Amino acid sequence: MALIEIEGLEKAFGRHRVLRGIHLTIEAGSAVVLFGPNGAGKTTLLRILATLSRPSAGRVRVAGVEIRANPEGIRRYLGLVGHMPLLYDDLSAWENLRFYARLYGVERPEARIQELLERVGLWPRRKDLVRTFSRGMMQRLAIARALVHNPPILLLDEPDTGLDPQAAEMMTTLLREVGGHARTVLMTTHHLERGLALADRVLILAGGRLVFDAEAAAVSYNDLRPLYDRYVAGGV
Amino acid sequence: MMSRRILTVLNLAAAAAMVGAIYMALVQAPAAINLTETDRWAQRIIYFHVPTAWLSMLAFFVTFVAAILYLVRSQPRWDMLARCSAELGVAFTIAATASGSIWAKPAWNTWWTWDPRLTTYTIVLLLYIAYFMLRGAIEEPERRARFASVYSIFAFVSVPITFMSIRWWNTIHPVILDPNEDFGLGPGMTVAFVFCILAFTLLYIALLANRLRLEYTIERVAALRARLLT
Amino acid sequence: MKRYLQVIAAVWWKDVRVELRSKDIFTGMAVFAALALLILNFAFELRIPDKRLVVPGVLWVTVAFASVLGLGRAFISEKDRGSLAGLLLAPVDRSAVYFGKMLANLVFLLVVELFVLPLIVLFFNVTLISAPLLLVVALGTIGLAVVGTIFSALTVNTRAREVLLPILLFPIILPVLVGGIRMTIGLLEGEPLSKLGNWMQLLIIFDILYLVIAFLTFDYVVEE
Repeated sequence: MALIEIEGLEKAFGRHRVLRGIHLTIEAGSAVVLFGPNGAGKTTLLRILATLSRPSAGRVRVAGVEIRANPEGIRRYLGLVGHMPLLYDDLSAWENLRFYARLYGVERPEARIQELLERVGLWPRRKDLVRTFSRGMMQRLAIARALVHNPPILLLDEPDTGLDPQAAEMMTTLLREVGGHARTVLMTTHHLERGLALADRVLILAGGRLVFDAEAAAVSYNDLRPLYDRYVAGGV
Repeated sequence: MMSRRILTVLNLAAAAAMVGAIYMALVQAPAAINLTETDRWAQRIIYFHVPTAWLSMLAFFVTFVAAILYLVRSQPRWDMLARCSAELGVAFTIAATASGSIWAKPAWNTWWTWDPRLTTYTIVLLLYIAYFMLRGAIEEPERRARFASVYSIFAFVSVPITFMSIRWWNTIHPVILDPNEDFGLGPGMTVAFVFCILAFTLLYIALLANRLRLEYTIERVAALRARLLT
Repeated sequence: MKRYLQVIAAVWWKDVRVELRSKDIFTGMAVFAALALLILNFAFELRIPDKRLVVPGVLWVTVAFASVLGLGRAFISEKDRGSLAGLLLAPVDRSAVYFGKMLANLVFLLVVELFVLPLIVLFFNVTLISAPLLLVVALGTIGLAVVGTIFSALTVNTRAREVLLPILLFPIILPVLVGGIRMTIGLLEGEPLSKLGNWMQLLIIFDILYLVIAFLTFDYVVEE
């Protein structure tokens, strides 16, 4: 049984149809990277998976459970990293993670928080207010936040936005570490090279539909680039 | 939607009922006793004033129910019903307030009084004006419908509570001018009164049906246009 | 159930701690309340024989307007930072978020009132503060927090949200003001609380009724 099953997913905001019928299954343990131009519906897709948004039509199942049947249970399996870090400026890194640990009911939170902060390299800054963090540090902390309850599924929506190349590299490495076969990762990004480096499987979303789906091993950057540019330029 | 024939019959029935109501109110109903000449004519406004007031509350009740149905079912037509009924509710509220005020001037020599019903009524008007302001402040149709529904639930529930609180408030400043006194329905007036209420109810249904049909047509045109332009 | 309460506590504590650090909401409300008292003082100064007559009205008007200021901030800061999504990801019923925020708002409002009451005693020269009065103020404030929190969540997603919140809120909370003012008048004139039983009931019914409605409808306000 695939971990994530999406059938005929549609989402419209008023008259504006953002997702026009998505069919997608994702196996446990895979790292799937989704490319697509702005407005293609990547964020909307992730938000629906995260139960932050309701589909207009279609079915979404996580571990065989329809998300509308038990959204609270599903949320336990998901971690989300979005454009915005979802962190509180006036709290320290440690306090932020403590809050999210409480939200998720994490057992032995202190140990977990320490482990996460060390993993993302922020342990020395744990007492500093997030207000003082750079964008790169905030994104790293956001990843720690998303992992605080050790979810089997990690959703990332353009996590490299606003990061300089060095910070982005650091993050890619970090993501490779936390991914692996223990976790299913679904990430959207604009950056083809980084995405390819991380992916087992590559998708392109354009005009609300999945227009490309292939194993990452079978696709090189030179193949992907012109394809992607065509979708960005032309629209579908 | 509603067939044009049914709508025509409804419109004609409502028009006939209203003409009948005017006759009943101004001619058929017996004059009130114990009142001066002008007051006797002014008293006849009760046949319009009270029905419009009741109907506005009926309209808002329909909005309330439609709002709950929308939240539960997520079908846009419930929101359409809620909105159209609220529009009529506001119209009837203004009509009732205006007719009350027109009556009050010759009867009490004042355009306004802070008695509980009138005060609550003003608040009701403000509540539903706020409802439309809320609707106007949200672009996205689904969210607009959802938020408007939630608000209208709060709004309708607030009416009895607000009325009670103002009514009790007034017991420390007793209302000298009690509309009930001068409005009293004597024998023989009941027929006219009930007829008027039924006539106005029919009017409300007819107006609502027409409004809904208009709204539905607007939506269809917009959908067609969207399809042609893409 | 335990998880649910834990989330309420976590949200509440987070809001309180953030506020303790930034003091945004409290300072805004407190300064505004002081200014309002000043203006109201001048509004009535020369026209009435005894300033103490207007104290009940002044108290509740100040509380009402300062509250709207503070209630708006609660969700605006979450929305602007995008952190509302973080709260909504918690694996519990979303009404827990509502209760946490509502209780935090309640605390902020009560703290501001503790600041306003002595100011009124000072400016208007009345003996105001007593246990029954504090009870009345608390009950009224609960009503303000209950409706204000969900309306704040409602208006945060709209245009002109700062203007819309008072427009939506005030007609609904009018019974709180009416009841609060009436009871304050009674208490100032020496009526015992037992005589004001009806009004107490009204406030309590108000609080419970709207709490239930908010609990039922909060989900529809925050979902997308």
